[in-house]
Amino acid sequence: MSKTTLTRRGLLKSGIATGAGLAVPTIFTGAAWAASHSGFTNAPGDSEVVLGFNVPQTGPYADEGADELRAYELAVEHLNGGGDGGMLSTFSSKTLDGTGILGRKVKFVTGDTQTKSDAARASAKSMIEKDGAIMITGGSSSGVAVAVQGLCQEAGIMFMAGLTHSNDTTGKDKKANGFRHFFNAYQSAAALGPVLKALYGDDRKAYHLTADYTWGWTQEESMVAFTEDIGWETVNTVLTPLSATDFSSYIAPVLNSGADVLILNHYGGNMVNSLTNAVQFGLREKMVNGKQFEIVVPLYSELMARGAGQNIKGIPGSQNWDWKLENEKGARYVGTNAFVQSFGEKYGFPPSQAAQTCYAQTLLYADAVARAGSFNPCAVVEALEGFEFDGLGNGPTLYRADDHQCFKDVVVVRGKENPENEFDLVEIVEVTPSEKVTYAPDNEMFAGGNLGECNPGA
Amino acid sequence: MDAIILQVLNGLDKGSAYALIALGLTLIFGTLGVVNFAHGALFMLGAFCAVTMQRILSASYTVIDETKTDFLGNPQKVDVPYVEGWFGPDIGTAIVDWSVPLAILFAIPVMLLIGYIMERGLIKHFYKRPHADQILVTFGLAIVLQELIKYFYGANPIPTPAPEVFRGSFDFGLLLGFAENTIIYPYWRMIYFVFSLVIIGAVFGFLQFTTFGMVVRAGMADRETVGLLGINIDRKFTIMFGIAAAVAGLAGVMYTPINSPNYHMGMDFLVLSFVVVVVGGMGSLPGAVLAGFMLGILEAFASMNWIKDIVPGIDQIIIYLVAILILLTRPRGLMGRKGVMEE
Repeated sequence: MSKTTLTRRGLLKSGIATGAGLAVPTIFTGAAWAASHSGFTNAPGDSEVVLGFNVPQTGPYADEGADELRAYELAVEHLNGGGDGGMLSTFSSKTLDGTGILGRKVKFVTGDTQTKSDAARASAKSMIEKDGAIMITGGSSSGVAVAVQGLCQEAGIMFMAGLTHSNDTTGKDKKANGFRHFFNAYQSAAALGPVLKALYGDDRKAYHLTADYTWGWTQEESMVAFTEDIGWETVNTVLTPLSATDFSSYIAPVLNSGADVLILNHYGGNMVNSLTNAVQFGLREKMVNGKQFEIVVPLYSELMARGAGQNIKGIPGSQNWDWKLENEKGARYVGTNAFVQSFGEKYGFPPSQAAQTCYAQTLLYADAVARAGSFNPCAVVEALEGFEFDGLGNGPTLYRADDHQCFKDVVVVRGKENPENEFDLVEIVEVTPSEKVTYAPDNEMFAGGNLGECNPGA
Repeated sequence: MDAIILQVLNGLDKGSAYALIALGLTLIFGTLGVVNFAHGALFMLGAFCAVTMQRILSASYTVIDETKTDFLGNPQKVDVPYVEGWFGPDIGTAIVDWSVPLAILFAIPVMLLIGYIMERGLIKHFYKRPHADQILVTFGLAIVLQELIKYFYGANPIPTPAPEVFRGSFDFGLLLGFAENTIIYPYWRMIYFVFSLVIIGAVFGFLQFTTFGMVVRAGMADRETVGLLGINIDRKFTIMFGIAAAVAGLAGVMYTPINSPNYHMGMDFLVLSFVVVVVGGMGSLPGAVLAGFMLGILEAFASMNWIKDIVPGIDQIIIYLVAILILLTRPRGLMGRKGVMEE
């Protein structure tokens, strides 16, 4: 157990270490990392290494957090050689062999984010300082992810983001020690734009209701840009408080706004309630401008779709991954079935996209450590930057060095009209290839941030 | 004009929920003198009575459908509700479809019982304690209740739809001479408003026109004297606590088709309902109802886009602003009585 406190001496040491690291040509650093298992925060001993899973265990996203935790536990089991190995057998990198990470048995501690930034930072800090966690991962909210990512950067700990969809996580708030596997608001909008044009045409008037926090703002900005790109007009954009439960007062003005599409930039309970209210007010039966009124939910979640019940039928949206992907879209998405089999056998139901991204992040971290030959965060960052991989269910994927964002295919879905069972809630409309959702690192929607230098801490 | 009518309608259904919860709160405060922070949790428990009823009616047995496979490739297990087996698919489906209205019958005895147990088991020990103690213990109870619900039902909202026949919406615009689709209002929200009026009327009628109600009103005015007359006023107040719990519970049952219930929904209403009680006047039943509807409508108006353009964020603070104004000008609230919470 080691304790991390930022002292003047520690800062000087870190500065010297970082400076020395930067001064050495990259070609030498891989070998140098391999030789060193100290000089960074929470350097593990020879027998075990501790990972910190920071997920919402209480609060409105507790069910999603529970699914994330299931995936993390499964990943740890597989890393330690248990179970059927899951996606270890399909992962394109073959450094992981079921003997833990670099020969150390993987242990884990958990924290409860409560979907609150301050609580999430406190639990992450506790796992770093009291439990000696070498890596923190998890989250079901962008506000939380940005806060914990900042903390990990300061502490010299790796942060492998869970479910966070705001552009800011790998945009203006990106950090060198943070990596995101999940897709983002820009990618959702880029994938949805052409599909919406094909479904509803290019002459539409859109009204946005948007959750008033970092994710909502970037989701709205992205959707406005891409829908206007296909010829749609934006009639109005209205921010709704995150705490809102009844959206009837926000839905009512939509009726007389002249809009014929309602875009709900909402997630979780907000999405369930706003969609339910919109359907109650008969928006989906309404004809406006000679067209059928339509509703769009840019970010889907299977768990939330279950909450919305029948109201979700026919509503388009996007996902990072879907458990039916390999069966319906073929071997490009290899790893999906292995993960679904492994998860389904253990827990009795298919995994959510949150579970998949968390499982993948754990494997990606372990693999990066193995390839780098060191737990030193700077070595891991170097191993992950520009890393191209496959076999984790999303098809060929790149971890871009410029912003630590994963680039991979995006799944466009629709609420299924006639689900065959309680897990069969969405149908895959299209899978948008990675190149269609890739943007330049200096894209204006991601402007203002700076990765900075990796921080090994200690 | 159409937008204003629509927001009035929106305010009425929101106000209905505030009024029903505030009515129960006021009943408890007026009779027992207890500041009950667990009252939002009673609203939530009522909503989960509807969820429970839906689950009971949907209780199923499993059959294997060899022609289909599940997500793991095994033969598909299909759940068939018992009611469909007993009454046939049509009647069985209709029974499940009507689970929310049927839940009213289930919720009344359950909520009365919960209220009774709550009062006898916990609240009665805090009658003579300061209000701060009552707030702490009832708030703690609310957290325990919501965590219990989360443990058994999960954190996600659970869809509890209205019967199919009430799922559409009514075109008020046509009725008032506006163009088609101008003022649309969901049937269930209309039902909720009418239902709340019926419940409020029933509570007032019960207190006004029955002997039991007369004794309770007398007890609210002068508990000691009523006790000296040989009436067991404590027992009557316990029953009133049960009735207040049932009112909150019924408000929760009927609210489930408006917003899918989740374990936190009671807390979402609690603070606002207390503001409603204070604005209406502590201990005043008509005040609670009046303030409930008034603040519901004000909140709906403050959500109009052109108002928010002038004062951003006004929809979030309007209720509190009005509460401050009213308390500054009428310190006892709209219909508050002298001597209540003033010692």
